[in-house]
Amino acid sequence: MFPANFNYVRPNNIREAVQFLNEHKDDAKVLAGGQSLIPMMKLRLAAPEFLVDIGRLPELKEIDLDDAVLTIGSLIRHADIETADLIARACPLLAETAAEIGDAQVRNRGTIGGSLAHADPSADLPATMLVLDARFSVAGPDGRRIIMAEDFFTDVMTTALRPNEILVSIEIPKMSRRTGCAYVKMHQQASGFAIVGVASLITLGRNGRAEDVRVGINGVSGVPYRAHAVEESLRGKPVDERNIAEAAALAAQGVEPLSDIHASSEYRREMATVYARRSLQRAAQRASAPQRH
Amino acid sequence: MAQIKQTIKPNGKYMGRRIMRKEDPRLLSGKGAYVDDIHLPNTAHVAFLRSEHANARITKLDISRARALAGVIQIVTGADLRGVVENIPPMGVLPDLFVPQHPVLATDRVRYVGEPIAAVLAENPYIAQDALELIHVEYDPLPVVVEMEKAIEPGSPLVHEQSKSNVAGTFKLDSGDIERAFRKADRIVTGRFVNQRVAPMPMEARAVQADYQAGEKMLTVWSATQIPHLLRSSLSRLLKVPENRLRVIAPDVGGAFGGKLNVYREEVLLPLLAMRLGRPVKWIETRRENMRAMIHGRDQINYVELAVTKDGRMLGLKCRTLADIGAYPQMLTAAIPTLTAIMATGCYKIPALSFELTDVFTNKMATDAYRGAGRPEATYLIERIVDMAAAELKMDPAEIRSRNFLKSSEFPFTTPSGLIYDSGNYKTCMDKALDLAGYNKLRQQQERARKQGRLMGIGLSTYVEICAMGPATSDPPGGGWESATVRIEPSGKVTVLSGASPHGQGEETTYAQIAADQLSVPFDDVTVIHGDTASVPPGVGTFGSRNTAVGGTAVYMSAQKIRTKMEAIAANLLEINPKNIVLRDGTLQSKLNPKKSVSVREVARAAYTAKKLPPGMEPGLSETSFFSPKNYTFPFGTHVCVVEVERETGEVKIIKYVAMDDCGKVINPMTVEGQVQGGIAQGLGQALYEEIIYDDNGQLVTGSLMDYAFPKATQLPEYICDRTETPTTSNPLGVKGVGEAGTIGATPALVNAVVDALAPYGIQHLDMPLKPEKVWRTIEEKPEAR
Ligand SMILES: Cc1cc2nc3c(=O)[nH]c(=O)nc-3n(C[C@H](O)[C@H](O)[C@H](O)COP(=O)(O)OP(=O)(O)OC[C@H]3O[C@@H](n4cnc5c(N)ncnc54)[C@H](O)[C@@H]3O)c2cc1C
Repeated sequence: MFPANFNYVRPNNIREAVQFLNEHKDDAKVLAGGQSLIPMMKLRLAAPEFLVDIGRLPELKEIDLDDAVLTIGSLIRHADIETADLIARACPLLAETAAEIGDAQVRNRGTIGGSLAHADPSADLPATMLVLDARFSVAGPDGRRIIMAEDFFTDVMTTALRPNEILVSIEIPKMSRRTGCAYVKMHQQASGFAIVGVASLITLGRNGRAEDVRVGINGVSGVPYRAHAVEESLRGKPVDERNIAEAAALAAQGVEPLSDIHASSEYRREMATVYARRSLQRAAQRASAPQRH
Repeated sequence: MAQIKQTIKPNGKYMGRRIMRKEDPRLLSGKGAYVDDIHLPNTAHVAFLRSEHANARITKLDISRARALAGVIQIVTGADLRGVVENIPPMGVLPDLFVPQHPVLATDRVRYVGEPIAAVLAENPYIAQDALELIHVEYDPLPVVVEMEKAIEPGSPLVHEQSKSNVAGTFKLDSGDIERAFRKADRIVTGRFVNQRVAPMPMEARAVQADYQAGEKMLTVWSATQIPHLLRSSLSRLLKVPENRLRVIAPDVGGAFGGKLNVYREEVLLPLLAMRLGRPVKWIETRRENMRAMIHGRDQINYVELAVTKDGRMLGLKCRTLADIGAYPQMLTAAIPTLTAIMATGCYKIPALSFELTDVFTNKMATDAYRGAGRPEATYLIERIVDMAAAELKMDPAEIRSRNFLKSSEFPFTTPSGLIYDSGNYKTCMDKALDLAGYNKLRQQQERARKQGRLMGIGLSTYVEICAMGPATSDPPGGGWESATVRIEPSGKVTVLSGASPHGQGEETTYAQIAADQLSVPFDDVTVIHGDTASVPPGVGTFGSRNTAVGGTAVYMSAQKIRTKMEAIAANLLEINPKNIVLRDGTLQSKLNPKKSVSVREVARAAYTAKKLPPGMEPGLSETSFFSPKNYTFPFGTHVCVVEVERETGEVKIIKYVAMDDCGKVINPMTVEGQVQGGIAQGLGQALYEEIIYDDNGQLVTGSLMDYAFPKATQLPEYICDRTETPTTSNPLGVKGVGEAGTIGATPALVNAVVDALAPYGIQHLDMPLKPEKVWRTIEEKPEAR
């Protein structure tokens, strides 16, 4: 597999990178870990004229935690997210999600920014971003802007990023106490991507009932989505088996699930329910357990 | 990880022992040399334009833009080959087989997606790929033949208009009084089993490099092949190059599994291009090409009927088989399913057999030998129908098997198909497997699980296969002989040159073990060379689990000859009677007085200095032997698989896997386990995950590893392996062969387990692969599931 000819540029800072993208727009592609872009080029599904390698920009490699926000540079690799102490403490859901991505080689090279910008409907990180109410900090020719996770994924492999923008970092607001999260996934047997991946978050109130419920689902639809019907169903209720099952049954409500040789639309719908239930159960358990998740 | 039980003692200083493989340090540290690692200066790189249609006329082929691209050296199309090389005929045929013209490059018609149309030669592979995009082809699509059951219906479109129908060829086997057997039966159990098309998927795809040295008139071809000598003979015939001016080298070959037991169009074209161009040429296949244009395996539908008495005795077996052979029969394509026919009765004494095989043309890549080649299908159909009979008779699957097994006292046994099973001990092997698995306990566990609403299943598969291919008198894929030269060098080191062509099986190690024991030299002193027709003696190749049984025996025979010669030389040196010489611990000594001795090294020196040889003896210590077996070998075994099916997702979890294999004497238990485990992986792969899917237009849907689910380590269980040892009488080593056993045993074991797990729903059969959705849906459709 041999890609078409391309030119390679390595900007020295974000400004230079954005400037170059702005000049070349659709002819240029940002190269991060290369785990999605390079295979596409080798299959000749993509043939950018310029590869803009942001791989060495230090500003994109920072992880930072303050009182309110966990900030993760877009170049942080899946393997680092999976293993970094800071992330394990501040946002174990993110680590749990990253651990589900591909295999060790892919996690060693693939980056969080690359995965989100690529926006594969079966990728793992998007649902987690939705559930965490993540904010994406983006650099463009006119400076920085923030895109909320829920506005970011617009279509199959399409995001709100413009061709002249770079995803700089992901900001994750701090979670309340008595919150539990979980990411569970049914793997497509060939690719390992998600047939269904469900991220969930439950915050328990003093009365032991679910005060906040958030559920994000990958793989089922062309765009990852928040399963609002599930959330509403469970909110304010005790997180027992029955209530969870009842809520989970609404996991694919209003969605026309994808269909392919690995899973029909009907099966995806059913599995969305099964995995939503499993995810919520685990999140509920963790919310009630002393150690946070 | 595997748990290894070792219950059998080794039988030599090296033979029978777990010796680390000689080839591994090289291969594991990236120092192997595959075709792609062999770089010749000034090489032209080849890329193939392949058909995008499954059945179409080519109405226009315009290479002008591609030809004009800088760096493109030449573009060859089918028209250029007219009168040069027009047809690659198959080897394994059926008497009534319709043999279509099999061109090197398609000219006016394509019959499967991936069929090569043109070859681009360029200065580098990137340019070659760029040029492909500039070739303009116009197709006139024709109706496509995809499903074999529809293909044989009257009125179906034809793959080859010159043949009357899509029936490519037929084969019949009748033995015993089948009608009487079915009249006398208390029950007739029937099944339709689909053995789906799968891909061999060697880690190294195909690769060919060719170079013509005009001065020496010598054509050298490097190919990732299992059969360098057969390839040489074919190329010699097709390209009209004398065999002694043609050198085929199979360097390190990264697996093959039958996929490289062939003579492919690309393999014929590359040498031709090298001769025409006067430059080395190279083609390294991509994975996507490999999935389209290397042979596939299996692809049979078996309609099976078993006549049984109410106490479970099998009286007769009827089977009608359709085999999808694709568009053009490759080397052994047409004959592979006949192996299913001749092995259909398995381990059982079934007096009557009727087998009707129909090979069917479709607009797909050819099928051919894939690990097991016809025997996995045989084992699958008999082991499934036996389980269905047991279920119907409410009999334990182990019980119905033991009632029908051939008894060890009945060997050699002539089967309904006329084969002579060499030796067997089926019941002992099964009992040992059941013990190791804890079968009775498992059944109790299953009962408890069912009460809790859990779907636990236990599957058995007892197989016998046919290996050590094979007597020279049998038809392809019979195999024939193998040869080996063993040479003790003047320094006393030993070189083994084998005509067989191992490509991952480990014969650099096992042949060295055989030679070291026979010659009483250290294992490390033996080097095994194979794969280069210019340096090794003639050979047939590596397939049909024949390397150790046939090739290994040739090594053994040559070593014996050398041993006799050494004894004569030693006796002469020591001035004693050769009858009184014994070879022990690297020395040849007098039986009567062990102090009177010479070392192997001293004897070697004497052999080459040629000063003190017995009168009339030729100098040197080099012997060649050809071993031509009189009979096949018939390894057997029992696999036990325990699964739990997740009701709400249909996912199958393997809880326990026990493999009890009997491949006769074992030279190296570790390489045997490696073969068994790799085989099980591919067998379970077919049962659970793998499937080559063509859509209604003949497009390959599972055309990459993103969609073709080849199992990864994390998708496979831990194996518990052990064996019994029943030597064969077909060769002096007593070895039977084990390269395919795992694949043969695993598939029915898994499917039987899943069907057993689903028994509470009244489910009797499910076709492979048992993907979660299929299992889930099968349950959902049962009223019991509501
Ligand atoms: C074998 C294999 C298995 C995989 N399995 C999984 C899986 O199970 N789950 C899963 O979620 N993913 C999986 N992936 C995809 C993997 O997660 C990739 O790492 C990820 O999709 C892309 O990240 P990257 O850094 O490699 O991006 P690249 O491949 O470098 O880029 C991907 C796309 O994002 C753009 N881009 C990258 N960074 C930025 C940025 N900072 N700003 C703007 N645009 C940017 C690029 O221009 C490109 O279009 C798998 C990949 C492989 C090869």
